[in-house]
Amino acid sequence: MPRSVPVTVTVNGSKHEREVEPRTLLVHFLREELDLTGAHIGCESTLCGACTVHLDGRAVKSCTVLAVQADGQQVTTIEGLAASADELHPLQTGFWEKHGLQCGYCTPGMIMAAKQLLDDNPNPTEAEIREAIDGNICRCTGYQQIVDAVQHAADVAGGA
Amino acid sequence: MTTFRPNSVGRPIKRREDPRLIRGLATYTDDVKLPGMTCAAFVRSDFAAGAIRSIDTSAAAAHPGVVGVYTYADLDGKVGATPIGVEIPGMPDHPLLANGRVLYVGHPVAVVVAETPYAARDAAAMVEVDIEPREAVVDVEAALAPGAPRVYEELDSNVCLHIPAPNPEADKLFEQADQTLSIRLLNQRVAPFPMEGRAICAHWEEGPGKLTIWTSNQAPHSVKQQIAMCLGIPEIRIRAIAPEVGGGFGAKIPTYAEDALLCWVSRDLMRPVKWAETRTENLLGMTHGRGHVEKIDVAFQTDGRVLALKGQTISEIGAFRSFFGPFIALSTHTMSCGCYDIKAVAWETSSVFTNTMATEAYRGAGRPEAAYIIERVMDEVAAATGLDPVAVRRRNFISKDVFPHTTPSGATYDTGDYEKPLDRLIELAGYDEARTAQRSAREEGRLVGIGLATFTEVCGLGPSTGATPQQRMGTWESATVRVEPTGNVTVYTGVSPHGQGQETVFAQMVADAFGVGLDDVVVVHGDTDQVQHGVGTFGSRGIAVGGAALDMALVKVHAKATRIAAHHLDAPVDQIEFEDGEFTVSGTDRTLTFREVAEKAHLWNVNVPGEEPGLEAVARFEPSATTFPFGAHLCQVEIDPESGQIEIQRYVAIDDFGEVLNPMLADGQRLGGVVQGIGQAMWEEVQYDEGGQLLSGTLMDYAVPRAKHFPRMELDNTVTPTPINPLGAKGIGELGTIGATPCIVNAIVDALRPLGITNIDMPAKPERVWQAIRSAGAA
Ligand code: FES
Ligand code: FES
Repeated sequence: MPRSVPVTVTVNGSKHEREVEPRTLLVHFLREELDLTGAHIGCESTLCGACTVHLDGRAVKSCTVLAVQADGQQVTTIEGLAASADELHPLQTGFWEKHGLQCGYCTPGMIMAAKQLLDDNPNPTEAEIREAIDGNICRCTGYQQIVDAVQHAADVAGGA
Repeated sequence: MTTFRPNSVGRPIKRREDPRLIRGLATYTDDVKLPGMTCAAFVRSDFAAGAIRSIDTSAAAAHPGVVGVYTYADLDGKVGATPIGVEIPGMPDHPLLANGRVLYVGHPVAVVVAETPYAARDAAAMVEVDIEPREAVVDVEAALAPGAPRVYEELDSNVCLHIPAPNPEADKLFEQADQTLSIRLLNQRVAPFPMEGRAICAHWEEGPGKLTIWTSNQAPHSVKQQIAMCLGIPEIRIRAIAPEVGGGFGAKIPTYAEDALLCWVSRDLMRPVKWAETRTENLLGMTHGRGHVEKIDVAFQTDGRVLALKGQTISEIGAFRSFFGPFIALSTHTMSCGCYDIKAVAWETSSVFTNTMATEAYRGAGRPEAAYIIERVMDEVAAATGLDPVAVRRRNFISKDVFPHTTPSGATYDTGDYEKPLDRLIELAGYDEARTAQRSAREEGRLVGIGLATFTEVCGLGPSTGATPQQRMGTWESATVRVEPTGNVTVYTGVSPHGQGQETVFAQMVADAFGVGLDDVVVVHGDTDQVQHGVGTFGSRGIAVGGAALDMALVKVHAKATRIAAHHLDAPVDQIEFEDGEFTVSGTDRTLTFREVAEKAHLWNVNVPGEEPGLEAVARFEPSATTFPFGAHLCQVEIDPESGQIEIQRYVAIDDFGEVLNPMLADGQRLGGVVQGIGQAMWEEVQYDEGGQLLSGTLMDYAVPRAKHFPRMELDNTVTPTPINPLGAKGIGELGTIGATPCIVNAIVDALRPLGITNIDMPAKPERVWQAIRSAGAA
């Protein structure tokens, strides 16, 4: 049987200890081991952004991070983005208000990528938003309503 | 429009499906987990054509965690072939796994099933397939040449379907015309590329004798029927569920060989089996779209009037017949006239096998090709006559007074008013000023182009007369409205939305019909055990057909509720008025709320003579004909002569899709569609090399549009309702894609025309544009 190694990852504030094959990708770890299926797999090659999560506060594509690389670190996924179960993060609200999603498959990754942008630049221009989500593909929306969604989140967060 | 007073309908209500999606709590097929679940991985051909000498599965079978390895030998005689929608006599079937020969790169040869996905993939790599390659035929025109290698050696040629439609009237008009021109247009093969690829979880339960299938599909009722036929399991023992589906665009209409095979494997192993394809598998093995070569002759007058068309479509359908594949190209002929009053059309359509993946419906399916042709033609006629492209279009428009209008290519358009969106476009885009600015830019030597497309297309196909026994479905759609004793409502719809938003729009319709809140309605779809028969979501039919069925069911339930109210209010039915959720005896203050009536229908309804208890209705809407939305798009581009880079500076879309039930969702459909159309025009292309190797098998090589490629799009719409359905809505899903592709290419050619360039094939990549500029300069 394949060799296993221990990993300890804190995901959305809860600590998880598992034995995994060294080659286990972080996205598979989240989806298969922890049943957190919000991060999706769209290309398994760092090119579509569907699997974007935050690792120690920075957006990463979890299809190209090994679970062992996340050992001892903090991961935030779409499931843990809002402050509590009955609240939404401003980005989630923005996507809902502005129809920033259709099939929803790209959405968790898109939101996590946009979060990185707003963390770095709370008042982005349209061009900056389009640049920031360049690593995330959406096949449904044509992006305009995603741009509006991110702008909405920035406005709400800025106004708060 | 709707039978009920619109209050919610017509407003930009935000979607009811979104909370689960934005919180990461939705269930897509790959998120399904079952006790005892196994995972599958496919072994696929690396050769485009060849004979299988041997397959050695022993190492894979011995790999830890593997529970089964299957090749064609294990299936022989036990299952049917890959499902198809329309039979063509004499054409070979396509087995679920390669039987003795491989026909394209990616052709499934074996499947490995294991306890984990990693073990399945590891073991799949251990299967040794020995193939004796033979010469492949990849280029579709080469496939038609005499002596070309044949995809199927047992056939005389590579032609699967050949439909000539000659027309002596067209010949005559060509003789009489002032001018003629010829143009060859490529509509390259593209990948539908839904962000979620194909995925299936098949679960045979021996106890109840029941197969449950979670499938990322646009038409789960069709999956149920197709699996039943392929596996010989009665359909009453099959439940197909399309859970959350991450995009489809036509490529998730078919029931794939992999789907049927894994259902059979689940029964063989008596365990659930799951498979979610990789992106490379998706690019290899999900059906592609388009893939047309078109040669068009045009007869026209010096005043810009187009008299007749003669067209030839060669459609590459790949190595086997997908569900509708060989027939998709026929609608290119049917829609060849666009929104123009052309007198005669002659056409010839050939659907041709090549050693490549099969093609199938892709957002528009034959109609984008037609719109591309006629819109490119209009610009070339404008150039040949020295007239403005707008003037040529206006000269040829079918007048709004002649609808319904039957074209010489056999389409009957329901309603149309093509001047209306064009007028609005000219106004919103500032067309005259844009042309003036273009003239000054040209004087400075800049390559600025303005492109137009004024187009029409087909939505909500009907009636069902063309349906075949293989399809086991028509073009109707169904809805059930079930009112609970509380007055809460569940809708069961046969459409299977995957982003279109019918959970919201249908709730809006119920809210208007009964005066209940949006939160008091749940819309159920995509589960054949919950939903009465249904057909699915494709061909822009969700509202035009599915919504029409819901409207019928709402009318039935409303009528019954009115009768019950009348009984309890002790008044004749025709004196009952309904407003804001209340039944009132007219001219009195005697009222019953909808909720009170719902309760009475369930609890004391025995007292109502002639009525069954309960408050529920099923309805099926069969469209008597098809709807034809239309639009006028404009874009402006500037090309950098040094690099061939194209900048989209402006894109304005005015569409007319009849009545609008939720403008925010409609905008979403249009924006997404336009971007997909621009993707084809500018970047996307499925490429095989001469030997049939896929060159565009990853996102490194297949260019999907990204956010920074686009300026802010400008949208508006006009409203020309259809009489075909009670909602007056025409359909919207494919409109943007159909308008955008010719609009962009017309703009690019317009920019380059001063250099003497009259055509650029799609995708208009910078390199191709740069080469064209260089050759023009050299000439
Ligand atoms: S799945 Fe990770 S970037 Fe596409
Ligand atoms: S909403 Fe479908 S891929 Fe973005």
